[in-house]
Amino acid sequence: SSNEHKLNFKKSKEACLSYIQDALLQKQWKRAAEFLTCYVESLEKDYSREHIGPSEMIWRIGTEILWHHSQSKMKEFNCFMEQMKTLGVKRYLKVCLEHVFHLLCNGQIDEAYQNLSLAESWRFGEQTAIQDKEIKLIQAYRGLLDYCSWSKQKKILLEHGEDGFADLAVEQEMHGYFRKAAVNLKEIIKIPGVWDVFVKCYVDLLEFYGEHNEARQVLNEYAYNSKFPANPNAHVYLYQFLKRQGESKKSLISALKILHDIVPSHELMIDFNTMLQKSKKRKKRHLGLEVIFAALDYAGWKENAKAWSCLARQVKQIVISEKHLDWIKQEWDSRKDWWTDFHFSHYLAKRNWQENKSLSCEKALVAGILLGKDCKYFKYISHQGCKARLKRFRMLKKFVTRHNPVYLRISG
Amino acid sequence: RDFNERCAQCSEVNWGLTDGGRFYCRSCHNITERTREVVNTDFITNSRVQTISKGLKKQEKNDGGCEWYICEGFQLVLKKQVEALEALGVCPQMKDEILCNFWRCYLQKSKQAYCKRPAGETVKALSVCESSTDVDSDPERPSLLHLLSLSESEGDLQTDCSFASSVSKVSESTSVYSGSVDGSLYLMKNQKEKLRMTMPMTLSFCYLALLWVREPITLSELLRFVVEGHIPYMNVFQHFPEKMKLCGLDLKIFCVESWPVYEEVFNKMHELAAFLDLPRFPDITESCFLHPDMLCMKYLMEANLPDELHNWTCRVVKKIGIGEVDFLTLMPGNKSTRKVKYDVLAAAVIVVVLKLLFLLDDHYEWLLSEFAEERNKNNTEGGPYFEFKKWYEVVKRSLDVEQKKLDEEKAKYLWRCEKPLFYSVKNKSKVLKRRQMVVNLQNQFGKLSGSVQRAEKPNPSSFQLSWSEENTDGSCFHGHSLKGVLQEKRGLLTAMNPDYWLCTVKLCNEKLCGHLAHYREVEFPQSYHFVLGLFSFLLRIQPSYIHDEVCMIEHRLFNKKLCKKLKYNTVLRK
Repeated sequence: SSNEHKLNFKKSKEACLSYIQDALLQKQWKRAAEFLTCYVESLEKDYSREHIGPSEMIWRIGTEILWHHSQSKMKEFNCFMEQMKTLGVKRYLKVCLEHVFHLLCNGQIDEAYQNLSLAESWRFGEQTAIQDKEIKLIQAYRGLLDYCSWSKQKKILLEHGEDGFADLAVEQEMHGYFRKAAVNLKEIIKIPGVWDVFVKCYVDLLEFYGEHNEARQVLNEYAYNSKFPANPNAHVYLYQFLKRQGESKKSLISALKILHDIVPSHELMIDFNTMLQKSKKRKKRHLGLEVIFAALDYAGWKENAKAWSCLARQVKQIVISEKHLDWIKQEWDSRKDWWTDFHFSHYLAKRNWQENKSLSCEKALVAGILLGKDCKYFKYISHQGCKARLKRFRMLKKFVTRHNPVYLRISG
Repeated sequence: RDFNERCAQCSEVNWGLTDGGRFYCRSCHNITERTREVVNTDFITNSRVQTISKGLKKQEKNDGGCEWYICEGFQLVLKKQVEALEALGVCPQMKDEILCNFWRCYLQKSKQAYCKRPAGETVKALSVCESSTDVDSDPERPSLLHLLSLSESEGDLQTDCSFASSVSKVSESTSVYSGSVDGSLYLMKNQKEKLRMTMPMTLSFCYLALLWVREPITLSELLRFVVEGHIPYMNVFQHFPEKMKLCGLDLKIFCVESWPVYEEVFNKMHELAAFLDLPRFPDITESCFLHPDMLCMKYLMEANLPDELHNWTCRVVKKIGIGEVDFLTLMPGNKSTRKVKYDVLAAAVIVVVLKLLFLLDDHYEWLLSEFAEERNKNNTEGGPYFEFKKWYEVVKRSLDVEQKKLDEEKAKYLWRCEKPLFYSVKNKSKVLKRRQMVVNLQNQFGKLSGSVQRAEKPNPSSFQLSWSEENTDGSCFHGHSLKGVLQEKRGLLTAMNPDYWLCTVKLCNEKLCGHLAHYREVEFPQSYHFVLGLFSFLLRIQPSYIHDEVCMIEHRLFNKKLCKKLKYNTVLRK
């Protein structure tokens, strides 16, 4: 504060850090560097009682500056990282790992691999045991890079295969990479965590070599083991795998159920609804309706013609069969206050008509059933559609008019 | 004469005396720090003065160091400081005649030298290091960790854990605990009665000497020069000769990691003056720089206020008697006189004058300003009337800019220097490695700082804000007239403002709570805050100190009226 005329080392460095922070947030790299230059002498004091010491601060801040500063070169960056590695034994592996990430971002795959190998072979008394998690991560990333190499070899092999001749050397290499990658990837996914990229790669490897059971097991663990954090992607991966395996609709549906619970707005909800609609089981069809309504609660789906066509189809089917109108009523009751303005305003009618006629057709059907033929949306669209002499709009109008009593039953 | 030591460089015994009173070897011209005995100074009467006789054998040790005592270190510090002051234009007598003698007097009084049985004799026994177990088992000997925990400064030196851990494994020679011979003795608590020397106290010494010769430097200026780097203080030990090895506890004594605090230096100065049994200082008269009339002039200029206000400050000074020689002159040891902070006092006088003329209640001053503005618009002859509003805007803008610069400088302040510090021989390599890394990083990121190079140390200047009358934009108010706020009554010019509000109705007891009044606790008008803030910036002290002085002045000024009990309100009619 400006009225504080006393100053000591600690306070002045605290102030320095806050200037650095401001500069970083505003992406003023030169200014951040200027203040960091003044901050570094903190290294000469011992802060072992503080939570985050100057060496960690300098590492993190310096990394940001060097990464973004226009005049900074990769060479300087690497040199800096090497210095940071010597600053703290307890952080050595973390620094190595983050350095590897930067190298990867810069496209230096080989250097990244070298650094990973080097880090993996690091030994430092009891620290090695303490930093066990970091070692696993390092091994996992090395496994990932091995997978990339495997991928490359596979591609070469397939191309050669087209030409008609098999290349033993390439194949050997490829299998070599597979073994190295598999070992490490398998290890990391045992530990509870979010390992999307590792899981995907590992499953890819397993599928290629025909280890489908193992792949299925891995994906089930990843999706259903409660020790792992809830992760929508886990379910997506499982679903995609089962689909590739040609599994039954039943198992596909069960794979997507939890996804619907966690992320009702997920894009796979369309697939989910499609499957559920076609089911013979009543419960499943009911769930299908819930799923599609829930998805359309989200703004991102407002103009998704496919989703609306799913809903329209199902609503139409229910209306025609005259069975289970209560399903529609149940879904509509909680939504009628706000869906009218959210989806079926006059403004949206005009816009939808202008931008996407199929969308407006599907929406109009739903609006007509839920809000009746006199609602703004339906009236506008059907009027426009009939004026344009488009057949499907005439049919739409007929359908809705004919089934208007349904609306009365739903709204009542 | 009786100096029979062998010269450290050539081992001869062939001494001469320099002009400055130091012994030098005629064979190799090596000048020592030893000075000749002092005879016939003005105030050291009657004391048996001897040379420093505690066996200062400057023998070469294994690591190229020599034995040295803490007070020698301080002596060097003082020497450097006074040389810097000389470079700033202070008269040379200050060094050789004044400060030198103050220092010798101090050494004598604190029994570190110039006396029969110097305290140093017991030191030898202590500095011979035993293993850590011995140290711990002896209940009277303070443990090292205990010594570490005694801290006078706010520095974090004690948190260097590497020191604590390395010490417990030590069992070597004296250089471990401290490079100096008596470092550990020095930090023992019972030294407090003898007014133990500290780094802030070196500034007290300097200021004491400056006051004696009545140099035109105020204490706040001195401290500002220190912080700006014109006077050695922060890393002054880098000027110690190679042979004086500094490590261990010496660091606690000589390394400073906080800016000197006005109050601390000021209070120590008075303690020192009393301790040294100094007589009444040379008179501070009206022609002296430190006299409120002079200082007010300076501060008025710096605050960009009209010169005409000076008449008013002089009137206030005269009325309450703070311009009297006896009030202003320092009489060491006299508990009844108030210790005068010349700079704060002058600033406070100006604040009071502003309150007298402008009331500063967040209404009246703006009203006056509007009238002045009207008048200035319609009537351009005869010079402009002072407009508070314009002044406020101009000064606030500059103040904000300077404050921002100062804040950034504080954040960029570099505390360490090239000379590395180590607590013990053991962690020397670690310290050097760290230092190397710091230098590397400074280079690396320094290059990325772009065109912003660290500017050269600005030349020391007495004025932090300056305003030029040549500026045609009217941003200089020195020549503006106060006619807009004054009126003539019975031949006398008085303020149009009839009211005055007191900062506090009752003064606190300074001895009990340390302050005359409490600034933060009560709401004051924004204009008052602003004015205090302005001088707080110029003097680099907390606004509460100025506020205290303002209260003191007000109570003297309105003494009579206050004696009649004011029951209902604190607004006075003048």
